[in-house]
Amino acid sequence: MVGHGDIRVVHRGGSKINSRQPVITQDSRFLLCASGECVKVFSTSTEECVHDLRGHTDAVTGVLLKPSNHLQVYSCSADGTVRLWDFTEGIHIKTYVIGYPVYSIYASAHHEGVIFVVTPMLNDKRSEVFQLVAVHLPQSGDQLVEALELSAVLSDVSSNPSAIGFGKGGEFIASAKGLHLEVFFFKKQKSYRFSLKEDNKKGGKNTFMCVACHQKEDCIATGHEDGKIRLWRNFNHKKEYTYSTLHWHHSAVSSLCFTPEGTNLLSGGLESVLVQWRYNQESQRDFLPRLGSAITHIAVSPDGALFCTSHSDNKITIIQSSVKVSAVIQGLVKGESVRTDLMVDPRSKSLVLNGKPGQLQFYSLQRDKLLYNLDIVQQEYIHESGLEQFEVVKAAFDASGSWMATVEERNQKAAELELNLKLWAFDEQTQSFVLNTTISTPHEARITDMCFCQAADSQTTMLVSTSKDGHFKAWQLSAAAHTEDEGPSWSCDFVGAYHGLVPERCCFSADGSLLAVSFQEVVTVWSPASWELLTTLSQPPQAIRDLCFGRLSCSKYLLGTTASKLLCCWNLLTCSLEWSTTMDVSLLLADPLTENMAAFCFQAGGTDLFVFKPSEPRPLFSHKAVCSGKVTRAIFSPREEMLESCEESSQWLNRSQLHFLTQYMDLMTFTTKAEEDRLLASSRQLVVDDSVAMTPFYLLLGKHRQQDTEDAVSSSLSSDTVPQSSAAIKQLLQTPAHVMPSTSYLCSMFVQSLLISVTDTREENKHAEEKMDSEEEDSEEEMEPSNPRPQHASEGGPEAPALTKAQLRELRRVRKQDHSWSAGFL
Amino acid sequence: MASFKPTKIQVYPKLGEKVTQDTLYWKNYKAPLHIKEFGAITNIDFSPVAPHNFAVTAFTRIHIYGPFSQEPVKSFTRFKDTAYCGRFRSDGQLLVAGCEDSVVRLFDVSGKVALRMFKGHTKAVHVTDFISDRYQILTGSDDYTCRLWDLPNATELNNYQEHTDYIRCGVASKLNRDLFITGSYDHTLKLFDARVDKSVMTMDHGQPVESLLLYPSEGLLVSAGGRYVKVWDLLKGGQPLVSLKNHHKTVTSLCLSSSGQRLLSASLDRHVKVYNTTNYKVVHNFDYAASILSLALAPDDESIVVGMTNSILSIKHRKSLEDSKEISGQQRRRPSYRVFVKGKNPVPKQDDYLVSKPVKQHLAKYDKLLKIFNVTKALDTALATWTRHRKPEITVSVMKELDRRGTLKNALAGRDEQALTRLLNFLIGNMVDPRFAPVLVTAAEMILDIYRSVIGQSPLVDRQLLRLQELLEKEIDYQQDLLEVMGMLDTMFASSFPRMEVPCPGISRANGLAGGDGITLRPQIQAT
Repeated sequence: MVGHGDIRVVHRGGSKINSRQPVITQDSRFLLCASGECVKVFSTSTEECVHDLRGHTDAVTGVLLKPSNHLQVYSCSADGTVRLWDFTEGIHIKTYVIGYPVYSIYASAHHEGVIFVVTPMLNDKRSEVFQLVAVHLPQSGDQLVEALELSAVLSDVSSNPSAIGFGKGGEFIASAKGLHLEVFFFKKQKSYRFSLKEDNKKGGKNTFMCVACHQKEDCIATGHEDGKIRLWRNFNHKKEYTYSTLHWHHSAVSSLCFTPEGTNLLSGGLESVLVQWRYNQESQRDFLPRLGSAITHIAVSPDGALFCTSHSDNKITIIQSSVKVSAVIQGLVKGESVRTDLMVDPRSKSLVLNGKPGQLQFYSLQRDKLLYNLDIVQQEYIHESGLEQFEVVKAAFDASGSWMATVEERNQKAAELELNLKLWAFDEQTQSFVLNTTISTPHEARITDMCFCQAADSQTTMLVSTSKDGHFKAWQLSAAAHTEDEGPSWSCDFVGAYHGLVPERCCFSADGSLLAVSFQEVVTVWSPASWELLTTLSQPPQAIRDLCFGRLSCSKYLLGTTASKLLCCWNLLTCSLEWSTTMDVSLLLADPLTENMAAFCFQAGGTDLFVFKPSEPRPLFSHKAVCSGKVTRAIFSPREEMLESCEESSQWLNRSQLHFLTQYMDLMTFTTKAEEDRLLASSRQLVVDDSVAMTPFYLLLGKHRQQDTEDAVSSSLSSDTVPQSSAAIKQLLQTPAHVMPSTSYLCSMFVQSLLISVTDTREENKHAEEKMDSEEEDSEEEMEPSNPRPQHASEGGPEAPALTKAQLRELRRVRKQDHSWSAGFL
Repeated sequence: MASFKPTKIQVYPKLGEKVTQDTLYWKNYKAPLHIKEFGAITNIDFSPVAPHNFAVTAFTRIHIYGPFSQEPVKSFTRFKDTAYCGRFRSDGQLLVAGCEDSVVRLFDVSGKVALRMFKGHTKAVHVTDFISDRYQILTGSDDYTCRLWDLPNATELNNYQEHTDYIRCGVASKLNRDLFITGSYDHTLKLFDARVDKSVMTMDHGQPVESLLLYPSEGLLVSAGGRYVKVWDLLKGGQPLVSLKNHHKTVTSLCLSSSGQRLLSASLDRHVKVYNTTNYKVVHNFDYAASILSLALAPDDESIVVGMTNSILSIKHRKSLEDSKEISGQQRRRPSYRVFVKGKNPVPKQDDYLVSKPVKQHLAKYDKLLKIFNVTKALDTALATWTRHRKPEITVSVMKELDRRGTLKNALAGRDEQALTRLLNFLIGNMVDPRFAPVLVTAAEMILDIYRSVIGQSPLVDRQLLRLQELLEKEIDYQQDLLEVMGMLDTMFASSFPRMEVPCPGISRANGLAGGDGITLRPQIQAT
């Protein structure tokens, strides 16, 4: 039967990078951030990902530079380990096993060998109560170390990593939770607790959101839910503490950060404005507005030259200290739900879905990189909670990718639904979509489905939209308008209805000659050429949920799923039901490149996948329990190059890849073993030096560089072998210079000693040696082939056929040319 | 950091007729010139020779106007009764006119007294024309006869008594010296050949014929009578080609544009319609103040002259190129182009390093205020008099934007009597516009919510609120009427369309799983 031995479900890209505060390295060249189960190292200048530090088996919950070594970094994870990495090379150094899930990590230069982690209360793993624990890291050479020396510092702390901060010189640690601020002094081993009233008179909420401590002075800044920032001073007394209040934010302050010298305080929140307060001159503020979306974390580089803010839309912005945005690292934006379906842009082959509010994102699956965001709504986004915004709810591409249709809607409680249908034309010059037509209120009620005619050879493109108002409308590109200044625009061609029923789904056949529209339990088939109702198919008693035409050789079949857990296949030639089967299909989709169809079935809390051809009774592939929960969004994306797998069960993955979104908005895909192997091989190849990312420019220049370094390595290696081979030379090199005779005397002897072993002296050789004498600096290198050759042979080295001198010189000349060429290039 | 996105001003499609080449052409006339005549203007005829004077027949006079004169350059007043059909000869030297007193008079254009008087008809002569040989004239009369006269000795050459009713129109061929066509109230058009004593062709128009027109090629004949304009193919023996029914009152006059591409018809319904002569579709329409009796186009369409029943002669001259240039020249009193581009278009040389200046985003005033969240002032700016009257869509768009930001209530609140009056005025003016209604209804509801407590304190505001209420009640009644009409139309359509049966061949047999005996192919879906 069908097996799935070598097909696996894997996570592929699109993980969050904004979950924890990013870290900028000492030299400001790299930015490290927790991303799913790995730590990503980005270059701050090129925005490219340089390394993935992989090793954790659960979500990474914190990244921290090792205070004593600025080239190493700690990462903690919910899997109960803290790992130490060398981020420049991407090497894993050590693992400390804590034994409890770690939620955040802190360290200070004044507490050598100790890290502070937040774990759940030891006695109760399930509880929501957390404590701050000091972990003494054992000094041991092993890779895997068990850290057993734990001592509780503060109990009842927040699991939010920004609610704890080290104070001036590591003297104290401040932690905020709820309405209490607790400061623990290490010297006195004493903690002070300060409380605020729940609500002040004006109705603001005083709950602490975040804490930041001044590094030079005794000052703690706290952010509050009502948008206030309090600066606490004199807190080493129980009663005489003071605080001053700064207020600019209108909603909760989500992150605070002092610059290393303490001259500025940075704050951010929902308004997506980075506010820079001058320390001690708080009336002076600098603003960096319109950063895109709410700020969740702020970090400053150790030298204070760069700030970076992470945002709720999975974005990290790198900002120069002159308050100018210098780079943006954007991940896949995932909200609570994908309103638009997953789509593939036929041109760039990128995954398209709605991302930031009012925008569509184009995400390259191959490179795991966000290509660009297209602003659909084109309105100023107001960062305020509880405001109804325009959202992109539907999008569709035509077969060639030259047209895109989007639907945006805003549903206010009191007013009526605002709907806009926009049609975008692909502009070859700018390589992006340009708005062509805006149709306001195309339907009176919400649009349920929308699809383009997918026929590749059709003269005119047609779009069909179905709506809850009981109509479906066909839109067509009408010819150029009467006056010259307007290009062609879209207009309504046909309005169809069927017995006042609500259309749910629509689908064009592969050649565009048929349109199927489902009206509750009835499927109507129309001819788009004449807008005639050709036939109706129905499968009572439940409404049609999904509708899909077969492709290629199976294009005579129309498949539908109903809410009553039926999958039906109609033959359109006979207009009769070909087969049907009972399964609760939550999603049915067709592979555009093959006849294959994929059905995700919801069964007993999990989802199963079946891949089948409509014409064949047996499924090609099935996979039980792909993930838990329902799968409602999936897409076949074409591969860049075809796989050549001959195994029956994995053939369906040869031309396209199946991606799907789980309940928790994780993007998953199916891979075969062969593919994984290939990927592994290519990733080894891709190890790149330092911060230079794999850019086309690098590929051009880097090859030569690599060759150079290889040359250098080989030459240095061979030159090393020379002195070891001859005792005379060793002696020569080890004797102090002042006791040796003059160089002119030694030189000829030295050369002579080298020449002894060579028996077949030819004229050519002589000539070469004469030349060699003249170039003194090269002389040592020149010697290599003559002496070590026999040894190499005895060792069984790979280079058994030795090069003749002439060949060698030729080679060197080529190298020299290479050097000069690359120098000229640089 | 993204820049501020300005408020999107909704673009609404322009209502009314679409701009075509024809509308551009026919709109390119100056404002009409009105000249009061002594009675209803029954005929206008352009002189075929330059300077293309035209003869206007009205009541007992014939006035001749120059192409640009407002006063007649010549008038013929020697008629005992109402004159009819003053027409020029092809050399523009002679003019012939009929009269109610049955005498046909021939004038020299430069003279005053009639050169010849043709007596013989017994009733009013409504039709006169020169035969193309220039020495004969054709007349048609209410005594049902049409006659040919010899010019030099004023004798009657021929008399045709074939029509059975008044003859009210006629036209002589310009290519053939023997052919002429007459149209009569007996619904017929007759083509006569002067060489024989009978008509050679008869066409039935179906209505009393009011006007006739021959194409320059003389292959086609156009007749107007009743509400119809009909085109006949003479070469096919008088076969009807098209019948046009675009007027809703009697068509009185026909005319062809200089290129022969457009046909104009004037009617008592006060419209002049322009047809395309290839597909006979109406491409343009002129409206006039009164019923039109006569219409003429100057050569090269230089002017359109229309005579109406209220004795007004309306002349429209074409806008010349110089005129439009002059106007634009007068308007432009700005600094020259050079001033603006000064120092802005240097071409960078090869080695120059170009430092680009950041493009400054230009924002409208209301956008600037919106950017700094100054919502009340932004709304005030959008309600400024000019914007409110000329571009209500801007005001509405700003309101919509404020509503989207959730701050419309704040912007509407806290206004004094004057500001509130301005706001209410705007609402009253634009509330029932279907383009703006959704936004303005929300705003009106908010205003009522906010200012409910102060109603009754200002008579000005109260009056406006009452007006708003009246307006809404009227609109609701109107919508109700419309819905009723829609309902009536629906029933009519439903009963008039034949019921279409949708073929469902498989519905009886295997469309449901229950009757699925014939289903042999069942997928066996099993997971390992």
